[in-house]
Amino acid sequence: MSKEVNFIFNQTPQVLQKKKYCRFKKHGIKYIDYKDKEFLLKFVNEQGKILPRRITGTSLKYQRKVTQAVKRARHLALMPFVADGLK
Amino acid sequence: MSHNQYETVIILTPVLSEQQMKDAVTSYRELITGNGGVMVHEENWGLTKLAYPIQKKGTGFYHLFEYQADPGFVKQIELAFRRDERVLRYLTVSLNKHGVIYNDKRRRGEVSTPKPVETPAKPIEKKILAEIEEEGI
Repeated sequence: MSKEVNFIFNQTPQVLQKKKYCRFKKHGIKYIDYKDKEFLLKFVNEQGKILPRRITGTSLKYQRKVTQAVKRARHLALMPFVADGLK
Repeated sequence: MSHNQYETVIILTPVLSEQQMKDAVTSYRELITGNGGVMVHEENWGLTKLAYPIQKKGTGFYHLFEYQADPGFVKQIELAFRRDERVLRYLTVSLNKHGVIYNDKRRRGEVSTPKPVETPAKPIEKKILAEIEEEGI
């Protein structure tokens, strides 16, 4: 049993290569535009669902703004609510 | 001054002719300026494809107004949009100082699209994505 755990722990450092960071903090982006659908597509999976923070690395402050922007874009039919193979 | 800066995007039905579309836009422009609003910027995106059908229509004329107006005016213009059958959708957003700066830059073409940043930690991302998809479906 303990052998298995060790095996997993030994694997993780190789899988985790780089530390995630918040792109908005790094590049000093203060405002997220809901009209810029090309940009918002980065925060959405193929089905059009908003990606969680643990994948994109966005900080909480900006994740809230991303969510707001994606929802606004959906309302204006710039982005789909549900999609199939968006990327 | 109690004026705030607002940004309104409306989607007009594709059934309208070019001239009718312009007339509708003009009437709203007059509504804004006639009620003490100051037009900052306007954009016409033309006939654009919708991401999903609205009222069984696949396309629409998008028009953007950016203006300064009293907070009470938003209620008035949104009421007009709701009463108007030509308007499929509308969205009014109050701009904070960052939004005003951003739109200013956008107009000058400085920030049209923020630089694409590659997300690091790709292996784990793909792994989690696969997991989510399994759960999601």
